[in-house]
Amino acid sequence: MTVKYTKDHEYVRAEGDVYVIGVSKHAAEQLGDVVFVELPDAGKTFKKGDDMAVVESVKAASDVYAPISGEIVEANSAIVDEPAKVNEDAEGAAWFVKIRASDPAELDAMMDEAAYAEFAAES
Amino acid sequence: MSDTLKKTPLNALHHSLGAKMVEFAGYEMPVQYPMGVMGEHLHTREKAGLFDVSHMGQAFLQTTQITPGSDGAHEAIASAIETLVPGEIRKLKKGGLRYTVLLNKEGGILDDLMITRPPKDGSEGSLFLVVNAAKKAEDFALIESELAGRAVLEVAKKRALLALQGPAAAGVIDRLIPGASEQTFMTMRSFVWQGASLIVSRCGYTGEDGFEISVPNDRAEELAKVLLADDAVAPIGLGARDSLRLEAGLCLYGHDLTPETTPIDGNIAFVIGKRRREGGGFPGATRILQQRADGPARLRVGLLPEGRAPAREGAEIQSTDGKTIGAVTSGGFGPTLGAPVAMGYVDADHAETGTSVNLIVRGKPLPATVADMPFVPQNYYRG
Repeated sequence: MTVKYTKDHEYVRAEGDVYVIGVSKHAAEQLGDVVFVELPDAGKTFKKGDDMAVVESVKAASDVYAPISGEIVEANSAIVDEPAKVNEDAEGAAWFVKIRASDPAELDAMMDEAAYAEFAAES
Repeated sequence: MSDTLKKTPLNALHHSLGAKMVEFAGYEMPVQYPMGVMGEHLHTREKAGLFDVSHMGQAFLQTTQITPGSDGAHEAIASAIETLVPGEIRKLKKGGLRYTVLLNKEGGILDDLMITRPPKDGSEGSLFLVVNAAKKAEDFALIESELAGRAVLEVAKKRALLALQGPAAAGVIDRLIPGASEQTFMTMRSFVWQGASLIVSRCGYTGEDGFEISVPNDRAEELAKVLLADDAVAPIGLGARDSLRLEAGLCLYGHDLTPETTPIDGNIAFVIGKRRREGGGFPGATRILQQRADGPARLRVGLLPEGRAPAREGAEIQSTDGKTIGAVTSGGFGPTLGAPVAMGYVDADHAETGTSVNLIVRGKPLPATVADMPFVPQNYYRG
Protein backbone atom coordinates (compact mmCIF):
# COMPACT_ATOMS: atom_id res chain seq x y z
CA MET A 1 0.00 0.00 0.00
CA THR A 2 1.49 3.31 -1.05
CA VAL A 3 1.44 6.29 1.27
CA LYS A 4 2.53 9.74 0.17
CA TYR A 5 3.14 12.81 2.30
CA THR A 6 3.03 16.59 1.80
CA LYS A 7 5.32 19.22 3.26
CA ASP A 8 2.32 20.32 5.34
CA HIS A 9 2.37 16.90 7.05
CA GLU A 10 -0.74 15.42 5.45
CA TYR A 11 -0.72 11.86 4.20
CA VAL A 12 -2.56 10.40 1.19
CA ARG A 13 -3.11 6.65 0.98
CA ALA A 14 -4.73 4.86 -1.96
CA GLU A 15 -7.67 2.68 -0.94
CA GLY A 16 -9.56 1.19 -3.86
CA ASP A 17 -10.60 4.02 -6.15
CA VAL A 18 -10.42 6.72 -3.43
CA TYR A 19 -7.66 8.30 -1.39
CA VAL A 20 -7.64 8.39 2.42
CA ILE A 21 -6.29 11.65 3.83
CA GLY A 22 -5.20 12.63 7.31
CA VAL A 23 -2.39 14.23 9.28
CA SER A 24 0.84 12.34 9.85
CA LYS A 25 1.77 10.73 13.14
CA HIS A 26 4.62 13.24 13.34
CA ALA A 27 2.18 16.14 12.89
CA ALA A 28 -0.13 14.75 15.58
CA GLU A 29 2.80 14.55 17.99
CA GLN A 30 3.79 18.12 17.20
CA LEU A 31 0.21 19.36 17.68
CA GLY A 32 -0.14 17.81 21.12
CA ASP A 33 -3.49 16.85 22.59
CA VAL A 34 -6.10 17.34 19.88
CA VAL A 35 -9.35 18.76 21.27
CA PHE A 36 -11.29 19.78 18.17
CA VAL A 37 -11.56 18.66 14.55
CA GLU A 38 -13.70 20.25 11.82
CA LEU A 39 -14.16 18.30 8.59
CA PRO A 40 -15.84 19.16 5.27
CA ASP A 41 -19.13 17.54 4.28
CA ALA A 42 -19.25 14.77 1.71
CA GLY A 43 -19.84 16.14 -1.78
CA LYS A 44 -17.68 19.23 -1.34
CA THR A 45 -14.90 19.69 -3.86
CA PHE A 46 -11.45 21.12 -3.23
CA LYS A 47 -8.47 22.18 -5.24
CA LYS A 48 -5.06 21.11 -4.09
CA GLY A 49 -3.90 23.55 -1.37
CA ASP A 50 -7.38 24.76 -0.34
CA ASP A 51 -8.24 24.98 3.37
CA MET A 52 -10.05 21.68 3.88
CA ALA A 53 -10.21 20.92 7.61
CA VAL A 54 -9.21 22.34 10.99
CA VAL A 55 -7.45 20.58 13.83
CA GLU A 56 -6.96 22.23 17.21
CA SER A 57 -4.91 21.26 20.23
CA VAL A 58 -5.05 22.84 23.67
CA LYS A 59 -2.31 25.16 22.45
CA ALA A 60 -3.25 26.19 18.92
CA ALA A 61 -5.39 25.86 15.81
CA SER A 62 -3.97 24.48 12.55
CA ASP A 63 -5.43 24.39 9.07
CA VAL A 64 -5.34 21.18 7.10
CA TYR A 65 -4.99 21.76 3.35
CA ALA A 66 -6.33 19.55 0.60
CA PRO A 67 -3.24 17.60 -0.52
CA ILE A 68 -4.93 16.69 -3.82
CA SER A 69 -7.87 18.05 -5.82
CA GLY A 70 -11.13 16.16 -5.80
CA GLU A 71 -14.49 15.50 -4.17
CA ILE A 72 -15.03 14.42 -0.56
CA VAL A 73 -16.76 11.04 -0.51
CA GLU A 74 -16.64 10.53 3.26
CA ALA A 75 -15.60 12.42 6.42
CA ASN A 76 -14.56 10.54 9.55
CA SER A 77 -17.15 11.62 12.13
CA ALA A 78 -15.44 9.44 14.77
CA ILE A 79 -12.61 11.98 15.15
CA VAL A 80 -15.10 14.87 15.34
CA ASP A 81 -16.79 13.10 18.26
CA GLU A 82 -13.47 12.01 19.83
CA PRO A 83 -10.65 14.32 18.69
CA ALA A 84 -8.15 12.55 20.97
CA LYS A 85 -8.17 9.62 18.52
CA VAL A 86 -5.93 11.75 16.28
CA ASN A 87 -3.16 11.44 18.88
CA GLU A 88 -3.74 7.71 19.25
CA ASP A 89 -3.83 6.56 15.63
CA ALA A 90 -3.24 9.44 13.22
CA GLU A 91 -2.33 7.29 10.22
CA GLY A 92 -4.85 4.56 10.97
CA ALA A 93 -8.35 4.87 12.46
CA ALA A 94 -8.08 8.64 12.81
CA TRP A 95 -8.12 9.45 9.09
CA PHE A 96 -9.83 12.75 8.19
CA VAL A 97 -11.55 12.33 4.80
CA LYS A 98 -11.74 10.13 1.72
CA ILE A 99 -11.39 11.95 -1.60
CA ARG A 100 -12.14 10.95 -5.17
CA ALA A 101 -9.15 12.50 -6.92
CA SER A 102 -9.69 14.58 -10.05
CA ASP A 103 -5.99 14.49 -10.95
CA PRO A 104 -4.13 11.53 -9.42
CA ALA A 105 -0.93 12.78 -11.10
CA GLU A 106 -0.77 15.36 -8.28
CA LEU A 107 0.55 12.57 -6.07
CA ASP A 108 3.69 12.23 -8.11
CA ALA A 109 5.28 15.32 -6.59
CA MET A 110 4.71 14.15 -3.00
CA MET A 111 7.20 12.47 -0.70
CA ASP A 112 7.26 8.75 -0.12
CA GLU A 113 7.59 7.32 3.37
CA ALA A 114 11.40 7.39 3.47
CA ALA A 115 11.63 10.94 2.10
CA TYR A 116 8.98 12.13 4.55
CA ALA A 117 10.72 10.52 7.53
CA GLU A 118 13.82 12.48 6.62
CA PHE A 119 11.82 15.69 6.09
CA ALA A 120 9.97 15.28 9.41
CA ALA A 121 13.18 14.67 11.32
CA GLU A 122 14.54 17.99 10.06
CA SER A 123 11.38 20.07 10.59
CA MET B 1 17.24 27.08 20.04
CA SER B 2 19.09 30.37 19.70
CA ASP B 3 22.07 31.01 21.94
CA THR B 4 20.94 34.59 22.43
CA LEU B 5 18.04 33.49 24.63
CA LYS B 6 18.41 33.82 28.37
CA LYS B 7 18.28 30.66 30.43
CA THR B 8 16.91 30.07 33.92
CA PRO B 9 18.92 28.07 36.48
CA LEU B 10 16.65 25.10 35.68
CA ASN B 11 17.44 25.08 31.95
CA ALA B 12 19.55 21.91 32.05
CA LEU B 13 16.92 20.17 34.18
CA HIS B 14 14.18 21.02 31.64
CA HIS B 15 16.25 19.50 28.86
CA SER B 16 17.00 16.39 30.91
CA LEU B 17 13.25 15.98 31.60
CA GLY B 18 12.58 15.96 27.85
CA ALA B 19 10.88 19.35 27.70
CA LYS B 20 9.96 20.98 24.42
CA MET B 21 11.60 24.39 24.72
CA VAL B 22 10.27 27.64 23.23
CA GLU B 23 11.13 31.32 23.37
CA PHE B 24 9.13 33.26 25.93
CA ALA B 25 9.90 36.83 27.00
CA GLY B 26 13.50 36.44 25.85
CA TYR B 27 14.00 33.18 27.74
CA GLU B 28 14.26 29.60 26.59
CA MET B 29 11.38 28.03 28.54
CA PRO B 30 9.62 24.64 28.64
CA VAL B 31 6.22 24.76 26.92
CA GLN B 32 5.51 21.12 27.73
CA TYR B 33 7.13 17.90 28.93
CA PRO B 34 6.49 14.41 27.55
CA MET B 35 3.26 14.21 29.61
CA GLY B 36 1.74 16.84 27.29
CA VAL B 37 -0.35 19.94 27.96
CA MET B 38 -3.57 18.04 28.70
CA GLY B 39 -1.92 15.58 31.08
CA GLU B 40 0.07 18.30 32.83
CA HIS B 41 -3.03 20.42 33.30
CA LEU B 42 -5.05 17.56 34.79
CA HIS B 43 -2.12 16.41 36.94
CA THR B 44 -1.86 19.88 38.49
CA ARG B 45 -5.57 19.94 39.36
CA GLU B 46 -5.45 16.41 40.79
CA LYS B 47 -2.03 16.28 42.47
CA ALA B 48 0.72 18.87 42.17
CA GLY B 49 2.66 20.56 39.39
CA LEU B 50 6.07 22.22 39.54
CA PHE B 51 6.56 25.27 37.34
CA ASP B 52 9.77 27.17 36.62
CA VAL B 53 8.82 30.83 36.78
CA SER B 54 12.37 32.09 37.25
CA HIS B 55 11.95 34.34 34.22
CA MET B 56 9.67 36.58 36.27
CA GLY B 57 11.18 39.67 37.89
CA GLN B 58 11.88 39.65 41.61
CA ALA B 59 13.06 42.76 43.46
CA PHE B 60 13.30 44.32 46.88
CA LEU B 61 12.24 47.93 47.28
CA GLN B 62 13.55 49.77 50.35
CA THR B 63 12.84 53.20 51.73
CA THR B 64 15.65 55.77 51.78
CA GLN B 65 13.59 58.34 53.70
CA ILE B 66 13.83 56.72 57.10
CA THR B 67 15.98 54.03 58.73
CA PRO B 68 14.69 50.62 57.66
CA GLY B 69 13.31 48.71 60.62
CA SER B 70 12.36 51.87 62.49
CA ASP B 71 8.86 53.09 63.32
CA GLY B 72 7.20 54.54 60.26
CA ALA B 73 9.48 52.75 57.80
CA HIS B 74 6.66 50.60 56.40
CA GLU B 75 4.42 53.64 56.03
CA ALA B 76 7.22 55.42 54.17
CA ILE B 77 7.81 52.66 51.61
CA ALA B 78 4.08 51.93 51.28
CA SER B 79 3.30 55.60 50.62
CA ALA B 80 6.01 55.67 47.98
CA ILE B 81 4.80 52.62 46.02
CA GLU B 82 1.18 53.73 46.42
CA THR B 83 1.97 56.64 44.08
CA LEU B 84 2.31 54.01 41.31
CA VAL B 85 -0.30 51.38 42.24
CA PRO B 86 -3.93 51.60 43.44
CA GLY B 87 -3.54 48.80 46.00
CA GLU B 88 -3.79 49.18 49.76
CA ILE B 89 -0.14 48.68 50.71
CA ARG B 90 0.01 50.77 53.88
CA LYS B 91 -2.36 48.48 55.77
CA LEU B 92 -0.75 45.32 54.45
CA LYS B 93 0.05 43.11 57.44
CA LYS B 94 3.51 41.69 58.03
CA GLY B 95 3.89 38.73 55.69
CA GLY B 96 0.90 39.78 53.60
CA LEU B 97 0.79 39.68 49.77
CA ARG B 98 -1.20 42.03 47.58
CA TYR B 99 -2.07 41.57 43.89
CA THR B 100 -2.17 44.96 42.23
CA VAL B 101 -1.23 46.82 39.04
CA LEU B 102 1.23 49.46 37.87
CA LEU B 103 -0.68 52.27 36.17
CA ASN B 104 0.17 54.95 33.63
CA LYS B 105 -1.04 58.56 33.90
CA GLU B 106 -4.24 57.68 32.05
CA GLY B 107 -5.03 54.83 34.41
CA GLY B 108 -3.99 52.19 31.87
CA ILE B 109 -2.39 49.04 33.20
CA LEU B 110 1.38 48.77 32.63
CA ASP B 111 1.71 45.42 34.39
CA ASP B 112 0.17 43.32 37.13
CA LEU B 113 2.32 42.35 40.07
CA MET B 114 2.53 40.94 43.58
CA ILE B 115 3.69 43.17 46.43
CA THR B 116 4.69 41.50 49.69
CA ARG B 117 5.42 43.02 53.05
CA PRO B 118 8.18 40.88 54.59
CA PRO B 119 7.18 39.24 57.88
CA LYS B 120 10.30 39.68 59.96
CA ASP B 121 10.77 42.31 62.65
CA GLY B 122 13.40 44.72 61.43
CA SER B 123 12.37 44.39 57.78
CA GLU B 124 9.94 47.31 57.97
CA GLY B 125 10.58 49.67 55.09
CA SER B 126 11.11 46.87 52.56
CA LEU B 127 8.74 45.35 50.03
CA PHE B 128 9.24 42.28 47.86
CA LEU B 129 7.95 42.64 44.30
CA VAL B 130 7.26 39.98 41.66
CA VAL B 131 6.46 41.24 38.15
CA ASN B 132 5.96 39.70 34.69
CA ALA B 133 9.00 38.54 32.74
CA ALA B 134 8.18 40.48 29.59
CA LYS B 135 7.75 43.70 31.55
CA LYS B 136 10.40 43.47 34.23
CA ALA B 137 12.98 45.79 32.70
CA GLU B 138 10.38 48.51 32.06
CA ASP B 139 8.69 48.04 35.43
CA PHE B 140 11.90 48.25 37.40
CA ALA B 141 13.11 51.29 35.43
CA LEU B 142 9.77 53.02 36.04
CA ILE B 143 9.77 52.29 39.77
CA GLU B 144 13.39 53.43 40.13
CA SER B 145 12.89 56.70 38.30
CA GLU B 146 9.51 57.54 39.82
CA LEU B 147 10.64 56.78 43.36
CA ALA B 148 14.12 58.31 43.04
CA GLY B 149 15.01 59.98 46.36
CA ARG B 150 12.36 57.96 48.22
CA ALA B 151 13.40 54.34 47.70
CA VAL B 152 16.03 52.09 46.16
CA LEU B 153 15.23 49.03 44.09
CA GLU B 154 17.43 45.98 44.29
CA VAL B 155 16.69 43.46 41.56
CA ALA B 156 17.03 39.93 42.95
CA LYS B 157 19.06 38.63 40.01
CA LYS B 158 20.46 35.80 42.07
CA ARG B 159 17.06 34.31 42.84
CA ALA B 160 15.08 31.74 40.91
CA LEU B 161 11.32 31.23 41.38
CA LEU B 162 9.50 27.89 41.47
CA ALA B 163 5.74 27.44 41.73
CA LEU B 164 4.28 24.31 43.29
CA GLN B 165 0.56 24.18 42.58
CA GLY B 166 -2.25 21.74 43.23
CA PRO B 167 -4.12 20.00 46.05
CA ALA B 168 -1.06 17.92 47.02
CA ALA B 169 1.26 20.97 47.17
CA ALA B 170 0.81 21.61 50.90
CA GLY B 171 1.62 18.02 51.84
CA VAL B 172 4.67 18.01 49.60
CA ILE B 173 6.06 21.26 50.94
CA ASP B 174 5.42 20.24 54.54
CA ARG B 175 7.72 17.25 54.17
CA LEU B 176 10.44 19.59 52.95
CA ILE B 177 9.84 22.65 55.10
CA PRO B 178 7.88 21.73 58.23
CA GLY B 179 5.33 24.40 59.02
CA ALA B 180 5.13 25.94 55.55
CA SER B 181 1.66 24.48 55.01
CA GLU B 182 0.27 26.45 57.98
CA GLN B 183 0.49 29.80 56.24
CA THR B 184 -2.73 30.92 54.55
CA PHE B 185 -3.46 32.14 51.01
CA MET B 186 -1.72 35.41 50.16
CA THR B 187 0.85 35.26 52.95
CA MET B 188 4.63 34.88 52.85
CA ARG B 189 7.16 33.35 55.22
CA SER B 190 10.93 33.03 55.11
CA PHE B 191 12.58 29.69 55.73
CA VAL B 192 16.07 28.31 55.71
CA TRP B 193 16.21 25.03 53.79
CA GLN B 194 19.54 23.24 54.11
CA GLY B 195 21.31 26.56 54.39
CA ALA B 196 19.40 28.23 51.53
CA SER B 197 17.17 31.20 52.27
CA LEU B 198 13.71 30.65 50.81
CA ILE B 199 10.87 33.14 50.42
CA VAL B 200 7.72 31.02 50.41
CA SER B 201 4.48 32.70 49.31
CA ARG B 202 1.13 30.93 49.31
CA CYS B 203 -0.20 32.05 45.97
CA GLY B 204 -0.16 31.03 42.34
CA TYR B 205 -1.61 31.29 38.88
CA THR B 206 -3.70 28.14 38.54
CA GLY B 207 -6.70 28.63 40.85
CA GLU B 208 -5.34 25.82 43.01
CA ASP B 209 -3.78 25.91 46.44
CA GLY B 210 -0.05 26.30 46.09
CA PHE B 211 3.19 28.08 46.75
CA GLU B 212 5.74 30.21 44.98
CA ILE B 213 9.23 29.61 46.30
CA SER B 214 11.99 32.13 45.72
CA VAL B 215 15.31 30.31 46.02
CA PRO B 216 18.95 31.29 45.36
CA ASN B 217 19.93 30.45 41.77
CA ASP B 218 22.66 28.05 42.85
CA ARG B 219 20.20 25.96 44.91
CA ALA B 220 17.26 26.05 42.51
CA GLU B 221 17.95 22.84 40.62
CA GLU B 222 18.55 20.93 43.84
CA LEU B 223 15.25 22.16 45.29
CA ALA B 224 13.38 21.38 42.06
CA LYS B 225 14.79 17.85 42.04
CA VAL B 226 13.77 17.26 45.66
CA LEU B 227 10.24 18.46 44.88
CA LEU B 228 10.06 16.34 41.71
CA ALA B 229 11.20 13.28 43.67
CA ASP B 230 7.79 13.28 45.37
CA ASP B 231 5.40 10.95 43.52
CA ALA B 232 2.68 13.60 43.57
CA VAL B 233 4.76 16.17 41.69
CA ALA B 234 5.24 16.44 37.92
CA PRO B 235 7.01 19.19 35.95
CA ILE B 236 4.56 21.48 34.14
CA GLY B 237 5.26 23.72 31.15
CA LEU B 238 3.96 27.07 29.97
CA GLY B 239 1.23 25.42 27.87
CA ALA B 240 -0.61 24.04 30.89
CA ARG B 241 0.23 27.15 32.91
CA ASP B 242 -1.83 29.09 30.36
CA SER B 243 -4.80 26.68 30.26
CA LEU B 244 -4.84 26.48 34.09
CA ARG B 245 -4.89 30.25 34.56
CA LEU B 246 -7.53 30.66 31.85
CA GLU B 247 -9.88 28.19 33.55
CA ALA B 248 -9.21 30.04 36.81
CA GLY B 249 -10.29 33.30 35.13
CA LEU B 250 -6.90 34.90 35.81
CA CYS B 251 -5.58 37.58 33.47
CA LEU B 252 -2.53 37.27 31.24
CA TYR B 253 -0.78 40.62 30.98
CA GLY B 254 -0.36 41.89 27.42
CA HIS B 255 -3.50 40.05 26.39
CA ASP B 256 -6.32 40.45 28.92
CA LEU B 257 -4.79 43.54 30.53
CA THR B 258 -2.93 46.20 28.54
CA PRO B 259 -2.16 49.94 28.71
CA GLU B 260 -5.53 50.44 26.99
CA THR B 261 -7.42 48.75 29.85
CA THR B 262 -8.03 50.03 33.37
CA PRO B 263 -8.75 48.03 36.54
CA ILE B 264 -12.44 48.92 36.04
CA ASP B 265 -13.01 47.69 32.50
CA GLY B 266 -10.49 44.92 33.18
CA ASN B 267 -12.95 43.74 35.85
CA ILE B 268 -10.28 43.68 38.54
CA ALA B 269 -11.57 46.62 40.58
CA PHE B 270 -10.56 44.65 43.69
CA VAL B 271 -6.96 45.74 43.04
CA ILE B 272 -8.04 49.22 44.21
CA GLY B 273 -7.94 49.41 48.01
CA LYS B 274 -11.00 50.76 49.84
CA ARG B 275 -9.10 53.76 51.23
CA ARG B 276 -7.64 54.42 47.80
CA ARG B 277 -11.12 54.51 46.19
CA GLU B 278 -11.81 57.53 48.33
CA GLY B 279 -8.38 59.10 48.55
CA GLY B 280 -7.04 58.43 45.05
CA GLY B 281 -3.41 59.43 44.75
CA PHE B 282 -2.46 56.83 42.14
CA PRO B 283 -1.82 57.42 38.41
CA GLY B 284 -5.03 57.97 36.47
CA ALA B 285 -7.08 58.10 39.67
CA THR B 286 -9.48 60.73 38.37
CA ARG B 287 -10.33 58.71 35.27
CA ILE B 288 -10.47 55.37 37.09
CA LEU B 289 -12.67 56.62 39.92
CA GLN B 290 -14.96 58.39 37.43
CA GLN B 291 -15.20 55.17 35.43
CA ARG B 292 -15.98 53.28 38.61
CA ALA B 293 -18.79 55.71 39.47
CA ASP B 294 -20.28 55.86 35.96
CA GLY B 295 -19.71 52.23 35.02
CA PRO B 296 -17.27 51.30 32.25
CA ALA B 297 -18.17 51.42 28.55
CA ARG B 298 -16.88 47.86 28.15
CA LEU B 299 -15.97 45.04 30.50
CA ARG B 300 -13.81 41.92 30.60
CA VAL B 301 -16.10 38.89 30.84
CA GLY B 302 -15.88 35.13 30.74
CA LEU B 303 -17.20 33.37 27.63
CA LEU B 304 -18.35 29.77 27.23
CA PRO B 305 -18.59 28.75 23.56
CA GLU B 306 -21.17 26.11 22.66
CA GLY B 307 -19.82 22.88 21.23
CA ARG B 308 -16.16 21.95 21.10
CA ALA B 309 -14.54 24.59 18.88
CA PRO B 310 -12.19 26.89 20.81
CA ALA B 311 -12.36 30.63 20.12
CA ARG B 312 -8.90 32.13 20.40
CA GLU B 313 -7.38 35.55 21.03
CA GLY B 314 -8.51 38.09 18.46
CA ALA B 315 -11.85 36.47 17.62
CA GLU B 316 -14.50 39.13 17.12
CA ILE B 317 -17.47 39.10 19.50
CA GLN B 318 -20.84 39.97 17.98
CA SER B 319 -24.29 40.48 19.45
CA THR B 320 -26.90 37.98 18.26
CA ASP B 321 -28.10 40.64 15.78
CA GLY B 322 -24.66 40.83 14.19
CA LYS B 323 -23.14 44.00 15.68
CA THR B 324 -19.49 44.01 16.72
CA ILE B 325 -19.42 44.31 20.52
CA GLY B 326 -15.87 43.27 21.39
CA ALA B 327 -13.06 40.77 20.99
CA VAL B 328 -11.67 37.68 22.66
CA THR B 329 -8.40 38.36 24.53
CA SER B 330 -7.67 34.79 25.71
CA GLY B 331 -9.24 31.58 24.59
CA GLY B 332 -8.61 27.91 24.25
CA PHE B 333 -9.66 24.56 25.56
CA GLY B 334 -10.17 23.96 29.28
CA PRO B 335 -9.03 20.41 30.02
CA THR B 336 -10.71 20.25 33.45
CA LEU B 337 -13.95 21.65 32.09
CA GLY B 338 -13.63 19.45 29.01
CA ALA B 339 -14.86 22.34 26.91
CA PRO B 340 -13.61 25.52 25.27
CA VAL B 341 -13.28 28.61 27.46
CA ALA B 342 -12.46 32.23 26.70
CA MET B 343 -12.41 35.72 28.06
CA GLY B 344 -12.72 39.00 26.28
CA TYR B 345 -14.03 42.54 26.33
CA VAL B 346 -17.63 43.34 25.44
CA ASP B 347 -19.71 46.52 25.44
CA ALA B 348 -21.18 47.00 28.91
CA ASP B 349 -24.76 46.41 27.77
CA HIS B 350 -23.79 42.86 26.71
CA ALA B 351 -21.71 42.05 29.79
CA GLU B 352 -24.38 40.50 31.97
CA THR B 353 -23.92 36.83 32.84
CA GLY B 354 -26.07 34.67 30.61
CA THR B 355 -26.07 37.04 27.63
CA SER B 356 -25.96 35.18 24.30
CA VAL B 357 -23.28 36.34 21.89
CA ASN B 358 -21.50 35.03 18.79
CA LEU B 359 -17.75 34.55 18.50
CA ILE B 360 -16.53 34.79 14.92
CA VAL B 361 -14.28 31.80 14.31
CA ARG B 362 -12.95 31.21 10.77
CA GLY B 363 -15.61 33.58 9.46
CA LYS B 364 -18.51 31.76 11.07
CA PRO B 365 -20.54 32.75 14.14
CA LEU B 366 -19.96 30.42 17.07
CA PRO B 367 -22.69 30.79 19.72
CA ALA B 368 -21.39 31.52 23.22
CA THR B 369 -22.66 32.70 26.57
CA VAL B 370 -21.26 35.38 28.88
CA ALA B 371 -20.26 33.42 31.98
CA ASP B 372 -19.01 34.01 35.50
CA MET B 373 -15.35 33.38 36.22
CA PRO B 374 -13.57 31.35 37.45
CA PHE B 375 -14.74 28.57 35.15
CA VAL B 376 -13.61 25.97 37.68
CA PRO B 377 -13.86 26.41 41.48
CA GLN B 378 -10.86 27.96 43.23
CA ASN B 379 -9.17 25.86 45.89
CA TYR B 380 -7.30 28.41 47.96
CA TYR B 381 -6.26 27.67 51.55
CA ARG B 382 -7.72 30.33 53.79
CA GLY B 383 -6.98 28.58 57.09
